[in-house]
Amino acid sequence: MEKHILLRDLDVPNIRDLAVYSQHEGYAAWKKAVTGMKPDEVITVVKDSGLRGRGGAGFPAGVKWSFIPKDVFPKYVTVNCDESEPGTFKDHHLIRHNPHQVIEGTALCAYAIGANVAYIYCRGEFREPAYELQKAIDDAYAAGLLGKNLFGSNYSLDIYVHLGAGAYICGEESALLESLEGKIGQPRLKPPFPAVSGLYSKPTVINNVETLANVPPIVLNGSAWYKQWGTEKSPGVKLFSVCGHVKNPGNYELPLGKYSIQELLEMAGGSMTGRPIKAVLPAGSSSPIIPASNFHAKLDYEAMAAIGSVLGSCSWIFMDDSVDMVWAARKMIRFFKHESCGKCTPCREGTHWALSVYDKLLSGKGTIEDVNLIGEVNKQIIGKCFCPLGEFATSSMTFTLKHFKQDYVDFIDQKKGGSDVYLKELARDHHLHELHSGVVSVNGIKVH
Amino acid sequence: MADLVNLTIDGKAVAVPKGTLIVDAAKTIQNDIPVFCYHPKLKPVGMCRMCLVEIGTPKMDPATRQVVKDDKGVVVIAWQPKLNTACTTPVSEGMAVRTQTTVVSDAREDVLEFLLTSHPLDCPICDKGGECPLQNLTLEHGPGNSRFEYENKQHNAKHVPLGDLIYLDRERCIQCSRCIRFQDDIADDHVLQFHERGRHMEIITLSEPGFDSYFSGNTSDICPVGALTTADFRFKARPWELGSSPSVCNHCAVGCNTTLNTRLDTKTGINEIKRVMPRQNEQVNEIWLCDKGRFVHHYTRAGDRLQKPLIRQNGQLVETTWERALDLVSSKLLGASSVAAVIGDRIANEDAHLLTKLVNSNAKGETRLSPALPASYADLARDYGVGVGFDMKQLGKGDVIVVVNGDVEEQAPVWFLRLRQAVVDRGAKLIVSNHRGTKLHRYAAHIARYEQGMAAQWAAQTDDAALSTEELTKARNVLFVFGDEKLDAVSARGLAQILVGKLVAAGQIGKPNSGLLPLYPHGNTQGVFDIVAGTRHSGNPGVLSVDVAWLVGVGDTSDAPKARFSVVSELFMTALASVADVVLPALSFAEREGTYTSGDRRVQRFYRALPAVGQAKPDWWAVQEVARRMGFVWNFASPAQIFTDLAANVSYYSGLGYEVLAKTESQWPPVGRDDLYYGGTGYENDGGIGVRYASNPSVISAPTLPKMITSMSDLKGPARKLYQTGELIKRSDVMQTHIE
Ligand SMILES: Cc1cc2nc3c(=O)[nH]c(=O)nc-3n(C[C@H](O)[C@H](O)[C@H](O)COP(=O)(O)O)c2cc1C
Ligand code: SF4
Ligand code: SF4
Ligand code: SF4
Ligand code: FES
Repeated sequence: MEKHILLRDLDVPNIRDLAVYSQHEGYAAWKKAVTGMKPDEVITVVKDSGLRGRGGAGFPAGVKWSFIPKDVFPKYVTVNCDESEPGTFKDHHLIRHNPHQVIEGTALCAYAIGANVAYIYCRGEFREPAYELQKAIDDAYAAGLLGKNLFGSNYSLDIYVHLGAGAYICGEESALLESLEGKIGQPRLKPPFPAVSGLYSKPTVINNVETLANVPPIVLNGSAWYKQWGTEKSPGVKLFSVCGHVKNPGNYELPLGKYSIQELLEMAGGSMTGRPIKAVLPAGSSSPIIPASNFHAKLDYEAMAAIGSVLGSCSWIFMDDSVDMVWAARKMIRFFKHESCGKCTPCREGTHWALSVYDKLLSGKGTIEDVNLIGEVNKQIIGKCFCPLGEFATSSMTFTLKHFKQDYVDFIDQKKGGSDVYLKELARDHHLHELHSGVVSVNGIKVH
Repeated sequence: MADLVNLTIDGKAVAVPKGTLIVDAAKTIQNDIPVFCYHPKLKPVGMCRMCLVEIGTPKMDPATRQVVKDDKGVVVIAWQPKLNTACTTPVSEGMAVRTQTTVVSDAREDVLEFLLTSHPLDCPICDKGGECPLQNLTLEHGPGNSRFEYENKQHNAKHVPLGDLIYLDRERCIQCSRCIRFQDDIADDHVLQFHERGRHMEIITLSEPGFDSYFSGNTSDICPVGALTTADFRFKARPWELGSSPSVCNHCAVGCNTTLNTRLDTKTGINEIKRVMPRQNEQVNEIWLCDKGRFVHHYTRAGDRLQKPLIRQNGQLVETTWERALDLVSSKLLGASSVAAVIGDRIANEDAHLLTKLVNSNAKGETRLSPALPASYADLARDYGVGVGFDMKQLGKGDVIVVVNGDVEEQAPVWFLRLRQAVVDRGAKLIVSNHRGTKLHRYAAHIARYEQGMAAQWAAQTDDAALSTEELTKARNVLFVFGDEKLDAVSARGLAQILVGKLVAAGQIGKPNSGLLPLYPHGNTQGVFDIVAGTRHSGNPGVLSVDVAWLVGVGDTSDAPKARFSVVSELFMTALASVADVVLPALSFAEREGTYTSGDRRVQRFYRALPAVGQAKPDWWAVQEVARRMGFVWNFASPAQIFTDLAANVSYYSGLGYEVLAKTESQWPPVGRDDLYYGGTGYENDGGIGVRYASNPSVISAPTLPKMITSMSDLKGPARKLYQTGELIKRSDVMQTHIE
């Protein structure tokens, strides 16, 4: 692509500064909307653009906005900047390097649904980026772009930045709302959905940072302009966070459906180690792993579904053939065990149990029965969880077992467990676990 | 009914009201879907995943928007691809549910196996063992053994005092949040919360002191495992060794139905109450108790219970035989020029009736209720009280609840829970008027204030629009809940009169859910009043002066008459007993049967749970023995016979008898049966749900303005609190730190 739509910092130095952003059509869409468009017109153009949510589920943004009832007040916009999926770093990039576009997109969403307050919920670890974002918001206020009676209209908008406490589950929209309300971060029972009863039980739109960053250019240039990229069902451009065994990890902005996984890998410079790439996780640890044999698939929602995977949060972790899938699956299960909110039994207990079996494999005490046990514990979790996190947790087991069963068999047969590296890893993890849980070990006996 | 929804569960047709959850719909046809986090009294959360079932809805043709039928004309069901929780899914027309398929039974087994991976399995030393939902459901649906390696079990603290009444075992907790939700949604004391996440998630208390709530004991009943135990019962007995007798709490006007669990104590060799449990009565306490009713039972086996009759000799009280004591009392009564009986308001109706009967045989015999104050208005509370069909659960939108001069949480705790739900969950309008703040103030649509002691003046003079005749006339029902705190007899009666006047003016008299609801001090204030009221009784203030006085169960009342000879029937050597001429050891409510009449005029039976202490006897027995010695031919063999006599003499009770009072009916939700996981360990009602006698509104005299209180010395008594000190509460070790 000639010019970036989202990663504009790559084309325009210092676009993070309000002055520079303003010189490059910054807040033009905002002014256009507030001074010349009805809220419904904003919804319509976003709907027509076909823009789909970039947080994972891919739900059409304009459609979501249109669900907000007109006659209930107040309403809220909540921007999901929890970005906790391992391997995802696109939202981080946007709020650091192109924050005004995120703010402008948020503002447009608020205007469209008639909200006067918006919250940007950042993961707890985004401490510094959140301060920078706040600085950008302060600048926007100072320039009269946020606050009371904007552009002389009777429309007012306040935007607040909120830092979470560092929980993956708080990226799930209803847990995010709970957390934002000051409660323990656990997902809510649905229905009601946030559009009906969201923040403080009021109608609420929740969108991902990247989703909203697309909105200013769409409002400014129209839906047809946006649709020149992407496919019919997946229009527009998308950020791809690429990492793992590639030469040039980073964020890539690509039109949807144009390139294949293989081409993405090549854009990122190919294998870093020179060894063949074995597989890729397309959306971090929650996605079905894709073996290299499927790298021909195109990068859009439908094509990914066709090969039994997802586009999701678009965090591409490439792994070369040195990666043992038993080890990789364990790492992911450990992540989910740590991040399970604990609300429901299968996820809370299942991830804990599964990890204990993986640990047994790594410690060298495992047998092929344990491999089978992992499969069974996994099946026991699937389809029973309260929210998708528990289901995400199963992909690492389901799909490594599906595509790389041989790794498991070899792990047992070739007695890979019990190696120094693995024992050290286990020791470190358990030490960390003890630090986290406040459990201290005295002479091998755990005490509180 | 118009809004019934039809569905099938395992092929069986069911029709239930719209909004019913699948789990409850199944329960109506005895299909027991196992649950842990769901509780029929709490909002569903869908956390534990135990209740997963297969759910299908009629298949719709997207083009025609018509239900698709197969070639036999049967509606085709579109089954959901995944199992779903029966506890969070409301029924819908034409829905089909499968609960007995292999996928469903596998899911139950799976969830149980998960739960057990982190469970300590210390059932042999767990208080819940034997009545534990987790244990029972594991037997029914669980795997035979676990593939989880025992060494990997996580160990957590096992004796965490959340407060001094409730202990948490962190290993046993299955994170169902029932305790939190009870505290949040029912008690509205937000003192429990989850802390941390995942496998580290645990219950903590947020209050200081810990678990600061009058209702904490209920969480132990509904906790589906042995994670929450009461300081009182933990490690005291196994549930299956316990005897259980239906009883009624007599500490306040609510009259909560209880079950007394008793057992021989191996150390002391005496049979004692091990715990007090709720007995379901959806009309009275549903399945709840306050902590006073639950934990103040220890006085029944206190070491200083009176065991033998005492008479005064040479200025000293000395032990004697019943023969000598009864002879003495009867001879004194025979020769008495004037007699008074003062009857405490926790005394059973039967005893009050017999004593009243005896005292009235004396030409100058007088009876009096103790404490005396409620007698000044109890006739109004009776005649203008709520209707026979009163049901607190029906109070909601359109109804007005006015609480005047009462602190419902302190003075009738379970009514607080129920009134709060009428307001918060069902939309009744609450008006609170008091001289001090109360917890009900939180939910009030309207608040009024007055100086201490000025409740009646306020009620007489208020021009508050919320209480205007117009507003009260518009209301579907008007319930006046009122108390006598800081009032004297004139003001207390004045207040009741004015409230009646408002009911009359608003045309609210005669409706089941309108009327007065008094916050009496104890569990049988109304009953004792009803009995003494028809006789020569003194509701007037002032100290009586008589020849012989017989004081029954009055504690250390300040209303004791001046008497030349006094008889005191008591459980303990109270100050009044210590200056009496004869002291007769009485039986507590747990050692005998009888009836009480609650503040809303429900007459309820309680049963014998324990053997007598020493030579103590029921009061009615002592009265009858004295009467026989005085020449009366009385042959009452049991309280049941006395009650028959009472019903023949006190018109309000006519038609009532022990058999009617023992009647039960099926209640919703079903609690206390084999499916303990559903409602908790509270008891099914096997002792009778009681009967409310009819009120009898007669023409009321125009309210007279009570005398104005001018100085502080006119103010009677302290603010009435739930845990204020007294003869009974002070004998419960577990309550010590709570006594005010
Ligand atoms: C466990 C879990 C974690 C999630 N984490 C994030 C996240 O970090 N960022 C995000 O934007 N969406 C996340 N989502 C998706 C959100 O729930 C929600 O769908 C999204 O924010 C909607 O915005 P969008 O329509 O713009 O994508 C997560 C979902 C789940 C189930
Ligand atoms: S699946 Fe259950 S335990 Fe896991 S994060 Fe979701 S609600 Fe929490
Ligand atoms: S303590 Fe009991 S009621 Fe509370 S969450 Fe744990 S298991 Fe549930
Ligand atoms: S509310 Fe009253 S009757 Fe019920 S348990 Fe408490 S003191 Fe007893
Ligand atoms: S999820 Fe339904 S009973 Fe717990």
